[in-house]
Amino acid sequence: MGKFSKKKDGGTPAISTASLPDIVFMLLFFFMVATVMRESGEKKLIVKMPSADQVKKIEKKGLVAFINIGEPIKKYQAKYGSEPRIQIEDAFASATDVGPYVLKFKASKRDEEKPLIITSIKADENVGMGIISDVKEELRKVNALKVNYSTNKGSVLKNFEK
Amino acid sequence: MAKRKLEEINAGSMADIAFLLLIFFLVTTTMESNYGIRRKLPPPPDPSVDIPVIKMKNVLEIVINGQDKMLIEEKPATVKDVKKIAMDFITNNGKDPSSSDNPQKAVISIKQMRETSYKEYISVYNELISAYNVLRNKYAQKKFGKSFDQLTEEQQKTVKDFYPQKIAESMTK
Repeated sequence: MGKFSKKKDGGTPAISTASLPDIVFMLLFFFMVATVMRESGEKKLIVKMPSADQVKKIEKKGLVAFINIGEPIKKYQAKYGSEPRIQIEDAFASATDVGPYVLKFKASKRDEEKPLIITSIKADENVGMGIISDVKEELRKVNALKVNYSTNKGSVLKNFEK
Repeated sequence: MAKRKLEEINAGSMADIAFLLLIFFLVTTTMESNYGIRRKLPPPPDPSVDIPVIKMKNVLEIVINGQDKMLIEEKPATVKDVKKIAMDFITNNGKDPSSSDNPQKAVISIKQMRETSYKEYISVYNELISAYNVLRNKYAQKKFGKSFDQLTEEQQKTVKDFYPQKIAESMTK
């Protein structure tokens, strides 16, 4: 009997946590690779993008100039009203600022990258086409003809669900 | 001298450090998927080039008003109808004398107002691209036995020349 009782003294052995760092590191590396540090800065507009299914993925995010269009968030509504506005980087802008911004963005890239630059319009689904076509006219003026309308991936019928 | 046994460094806190970093990256990650519809804008108007004359029958006119109501060739339509109407129009090949002569000549014109909503425009545009993609894929299958995406650049050009995407946009007051 004594022989067997000896085993009980140790209780259940502790689970080795030696591999815990490895697991955590694995997750860490995944998120490090997947992270894109936000360049757009503070979000000042409400943007709910429409859905579409004939979409392409943006490959090189670094070569994309983003232009946001939508209603200002609550905080800014007192100052800027609730009409749709344009946000470029951190600041509210008007349509005429779009051209200079795209040219500045283009100037900051290397020569071989310049033809690959895309301007992405991130607009809320309920904004009118007026403001969007103003932006497009500005883009045409500065010869930034590659445009991407940012959308969610999904059927267009989703746009009309209430 | 007595040899002291080298003590191992306790690696227990390694996990804590890794967790700290992990949580930092978890918080800063924006898993934003970036999808969108590509569009090439027409270059700025060149006054030295004359506007080409296009026969009215080769133009499919889509008009969207400020309340998002749509007229295609003066008949009321919804987003669901756009794809079929566009495909019929592009592949008419002169069958219906009031529709397009052939896919190369077919032009689709979207007229919108300043109040037209962006989602309506995107939906219509998406359906038109979808119509072209279906036709291009069909042609690619017939000619090369592969889907459009699998073709070489040269072959894609042949298909694109057969079904060029001619979509014109204009704003009405």
